Parts: sequence; structure tokens; C-alpha cells
Amino acid sequence: MTATVRAIDVAVGTELPEQTHQVTRADLVRYAGASGDFNPIHWSERVATEVGLPGVIAHGMLTMALAARAVTAWVGDPAALVEYHVRFGRPVAVPDDDTGARVTVRGRVGAVGEDGRARVDLTVTSGGEKVLSLARATVQLA
Amino acid sequence: MALDPALVGRSYPPSAVYEVGREKIAEFAAAIGATDPVHTDAEAARAAGHAEVVAPPTFAIVLTLSAAGVVVEDPDVALDYSRVVHGEQRFTHHRSIRAGDRLVATPTIDAVRSVGGNDLLTTRVDVTTEDGEPVCSATSVLVARGTA
Repeated sequence: MTATVRAIDVAVGTELPEQTHQVTRADLVRYAGASGDFNPIHWSERVATEVGLPGVIAHGMLTMALAARAVTAWVGDPAALVEYHVRFGRPVAVPDDDTGARVTVRGRVGAVGEDGRARVDLTVTSGGEKVLSLARATVQLA
Repeated sequence: MALDPALVGRSYPPSAVYEVGREKIAEFAAAIGATDPVHTDAEAARAAGHAEVVAPPTFAIVLTLSAAGVVVEDPDVALDYSRVVHGEQRFTHHRSIRAGDRLVATPTIDAVRSVGGNDLLTTRVDVTTEDGEPVCSATSVLVARGTA
């Protein structure tokens, strides 16, 4: 483990640096290719609206991955994330323009255990609305 | 049609071996904007205490999504994929996935529920090395809207 944040320096209520990500249609295409998730609701306006969505939406797994970056950047080691659980509450609609959608990630330590593990509770929003109804990451601290 | 509760506990054969490549890890890291050099530079990864470049925490979805697809396509499950949305996802990591890993993914149905006209299917995909070393477990809740 090479986490750079020490358990001794972390308390319940410790806030993580906020991150904001821009997500465009091009990002969705790139993520589709990298992940192998080619569900057309992530690239076809026609299919997305046919199934009742507001339009093309981001992969929930992309939002989940972006949210994890706030945690791994804070802890200093992508390998320190041992448990990660999210509920997808609301889709992130990504308009077909050059700006796309903005996803903002805030994190706060909700628990610190004797074992040097901390639970980080994440709040992930887009357009002022929570898009993950639950997002919790457990990290192994140094 | 509501999913049959008798499906709970059904397991499927392990997937074919998936060999994790450095380039695939780099491609996935780029797609999520993860710029930590431990994903792309073996020297940096070793300096940080890893044997090889390591994958970002949600990389396992590359294997587990298609493994869960086996469940969705089971004729006894037969969810209409065009109506399926991802409700929930959990990863439990026993260790990081790294380049050179030869992994197999084994899906199991953990739960089925019908809520408000939707079918909810919970699949767990256990990822191990081909020698059986536990690497991670990925649990997905898939929601088929208006099918129950």
C-alpha cells in the first residue's frame, strides 16, 4: 500500500478536494470503446428517446469512475480503494454540443476504522441534482 | 414477466481467460481521465510499490459486464436488454488488477425482485486469476423497466 494520506491525519468530517468533470458525447464514445459497453442509449439520441430517456445519457459506470478519481487523487493511490458501492439515482443527460454535461464530485470522510480504513461518502451532482443516490468508497490509508 | 425466485443462487461457468494488457489499462484510464502514471508507466508503478501497471478501481467492469451479460441472456432470465438500466454497482477488491493478470469471471444470481412493475436482477461476478487467487467481486443490480 502506498497511500499518502495517513489514518492518523484523517477524522470523520475531513473533506476531500472537490472535482468537476466535463463529459461530452466524445467522452461517451471513448468510454464505450474502452469498457465494451455499447448500449445505444449512450450514443443514439433515437434509441435513448425511444426508451423514454431525456436523450443520450452517460454510462453510469463512467460517472462511477469519475467519482472514484476524487477518492484516489486524495488518498494518493488508486490501489487503496478496497470497496466501492454506488446507486445510480438519476441519469446524466449529455447534450450534443461542445460543452456536454458537468459532473461535480464532493467527498467527506464518514468513518475511520481501527484497521486504518476510512469510508468516504461522495456527493455527485450534475445540473444541481444528485445523480448517485448513494456513493461510498472504503480506502486503506497509510 | 416477473423473474422466477428459483433463479437465486444459479451459477454460471467461469468465463474464458481474460489477459490484462498494459495498453487496455492505459486506454481505460484515458477514457475516465485518470492521469496517475501508475496506470501507464511500469517504472512509476514499481516506484509506487506495484509489480506492474495497475488498473483504475472500476476497470473490472470490462470483464464483469460481459460475464453479467451471460446471465441476462440466460433463456430463463431473458431480460429485454433495451429496457435494462444499471441500478447499482459494487466492487470489493482483494487486490488491484494489474497488467499480465490472467483472469476468469464467474457470475452468480444473488437476488431477483419485482418492484413497482420493474424486474430487479442482482448478479455477482467473482473475478479470480486462472489459478484461483481472488481478485475482486463485482455486484450489479440491473433494472428492467416495466417488465414485471
